[in-house]
Amino acid sequence: MGFFDRLKSGLSRSREAINEIFYMGGEVDEDFWEDLEDTLVMGDMGGELAMRVTDDLREQAARENLNRADQLRDALAKRLAQEFRTADRDPFEDVPSCVLFVGINGAGKTTTVGKLAGRARGEGKSCLIGGADTFRAAAIEQLEVWGTRAGVDVITRERGADPASVCYDVVEEAEKRGTQLVLIDTAGRLHTSSDLMRELAKVVNVTRKRCTSMPVTVVLVIDATTGQNGLAQAKEFNDALDLDGLIVTKLDGTAKGGIALAISDQLGLPIYRIGVGESIDDLETFDALDFCRALVGEGK
Amino acid sequence: MFNSLSERLQDTFDKLRGKGKLTEADINVAMREIRMALLEADVNFRVVKDFVASCKEKCLTAEVLDSLTPAQNVVRIVLDQLTELLGTTESKLVLAQNRTPNVIMLVGLQGSGKTTAAAKLAYLLKGQGHSPLLAACDTHRPAAADQLATLGAEIGVPVYRGDGKDAVKVASESIHEAVDHLNDIVIVDTAGRLQIDEEMMQEAVAIKQAVRPDQILMVVDAMTGQDIVNVVQTFAERVDFDGVIMSKLDGDARGGGALSVRAVTGKPIKFVSMGEKPDSLEVFHPDRMAKRILGMGDVYGIIEQA
Ligand SMILES: Nc1nc2c(ncn2[C@@H]2O[C@H](COP(=O)(O)OP(=O)(O)OP(=O)(O)O)[C@@H](O)[C@H]2O)c(=O)[nH]1
Ligand SMILES: Nc1nc2c(ncn2[C@@H]2O[C@H](COP(=O)(O)OP(=O)(O)OP(=O)(O)O)[C@@H](O)[C@H]2O)c(=O)[nH]1
Ligand SMILES: [Mg+2]
Ligand SMILES: [Mg+2]
Repeated sequence: MGFFDRLKSGLSRSREAINEIFYMGGEVDEDFWEDLEDTLVMGDMGGELAMRVTDDLREQAARENLNRADQLRDALAKRLAQEFRTADRDPFEDVPSCVLFVGINGAGKTTTVGKLAGRARGEGKSCLIGGADTFRAAAIEQLEVWGTRAGVDVITRERGADPASVCYDVVEEAEKRGTQLVLIDTAGRLHTSSDLMRELAKVVNVTRKRCTSMPVTVVLVIDATTGQNGLAQAKEFNDALDLDGLIVTKLDGTAKGGIALAISDQLGLPIYRIGVGESIDDLETFDALDFCRALVGEGK
Repeated sequence: MFNSLSERLQDTFDKLRGKGKLTEADINVAMREIRMALLEADVNFRVVKDFVASCKEKCLTAEVLDSLTPAQNVVRIVLDQLTELLGTTESKLVLAQNRTPNVIMLVGLQGSGKTTAAAKLAYLLKGQGHSPLLAACDTHRPAAADQLATLGAEIGVPVYRGDGKDAVKVASESIHEAVDHLNDIVIVDTAGRLQIDEEMMQEAVAIKQAVRPDQILMVVDAMTGQDIVNVVQTFAERVDFDGVIMSKLDGDARGGGALSVRAVTGKPIKFVSMGEKPDSLEVFHPDRMAKRILGMGDVYGIIEQA
């Protein structure tokens, strides 16, 4: 019924329009507020948060007499940036430190471990990688390539081995060597799989118990393209493991990663780093204001 | 059978009923609920707008407005519309009769599930009496070929790795390999790529030209959010895929992206992937997907088991 055609032309139009809503120097009218809410929804922030933020900003605009769109752009980015919790401690700088990476399948855990190991070596820190994904096909081989790239040893066991025992091994080895930074990769799993979540809780608990010489941090890795399901993921992982923070990957694409804002807002978790590519250097520190500017369409 | 959305609509209409006949404004209230449900399911917001507008037209009939059960009627209309847009028939693999080997090529974003899906397709086709060959044409991700080789060994399907450096070369060689070893289908696994990565998109086009696939399938993660439209639009323009495999539907993602994919590219969803094991590939059913998107039956495939 022409639905697809109408939609296709509508899509390209709306994409341009949305990027322009703040630049037209336009009046702040009803259309503006509607476009704004759409922009936020399109960034994966979720309908509820988008509505709440838009309403807040509407109030602020009335109060402070802001009636040009460009005036509101900055106000909005600042407003959004406030939703992020800041980290009390950087687990990759403040060493000695042991960090576990968890998340759903394909989010970017292994790659992030590789990048962080490379970074640590670049800064002259001693580092050790634990390969506790003993499940996925060639997960160990993949991690070993990263270990070689970073110049960091990988402690692991054969495929099918108990992942908790790998954690035990790597902490023991790190203590023996006096290693400053321990990075442990785990197998991807869906938050809805209760067996696999229980297994992961055991992995984390064993590590927390065994590792008395340094703090243990548990980081959830989230793919920036993730939609509203990211909230369910984060809640389940947090309930099972008591997370410390997040890393958002694949921000080099066109996804805005608004789900990270929703998660940080709901669960009060800081974002430690962002992933911006597949190479060893493609990792950046997180800046809430920059992130929010990108989210509201100022480009990156 | 209907829960959550239909209950919410029921409540809405019960309240409105108190003042007599339903009006257009009352239908608008219901449409807001539907809009919310679709956005929560990650249907692209523009798709949502147009979809809701077209549903509204269909709901503004005497049949709905005067009915004693308007909530059920509205849900029925929305469900039917959604099912229709998702594709009214089950789509299967289309292979050429007069060509050996047939070639299936997989493309998609990083981590979407291509390599796993390649093994699953091989397993499925092997079970149907075919003799597939897997081609390891991801020469970028560390240990990508090892991963495919491990999966191939598990399901007893050969894997062609070539030199592991030049993806296009490995792809063309795999066809010769299949001819030599009497494999009737080659399944080409490719590296994950972003739609904005020009060099990598060119590589995908070059692989396509080298192997002239009978089917190009795009693997899309069921958890993908709003950006899905930008991704699939570019892949459709550049590599012109034939259909979609939606992966990771074993979780609780509503998978509203399926509707967005159909809406912006018109390409059918052919399979859904329901786990990490080789036997977890299932044929796509539009009606179940529609219910899932609306939150009316969370477990895909629950109907078949019942
Ligand atoms: N473009 C881009 N790709 C990334 C980024 N981080 C990871 N990837 C890619 O995403 C894919 C999956 O990354 P992995 O590190 O294997 O993900 P994982 O979470 O370990 O996956 P599983 O162990 O299978 O659960 C790979 O192809 C990576 O190269 C990023 O920041 N940007
Ligand atoms: N739960 C679940 N996991 C899946 C499914 N399909 C794939 N996976 C997992 O998702 C992760 C990524 O899958 P891959 O097949 O490596 O994805 P890919 O697209 O080949 O990734 P790259 O080659 O890095 O771009 C792995 O951990 C898989 O086991 C699925 O349907 N359900
Ligand atoms: Mg991994
Ligand atoms: Mg792969």
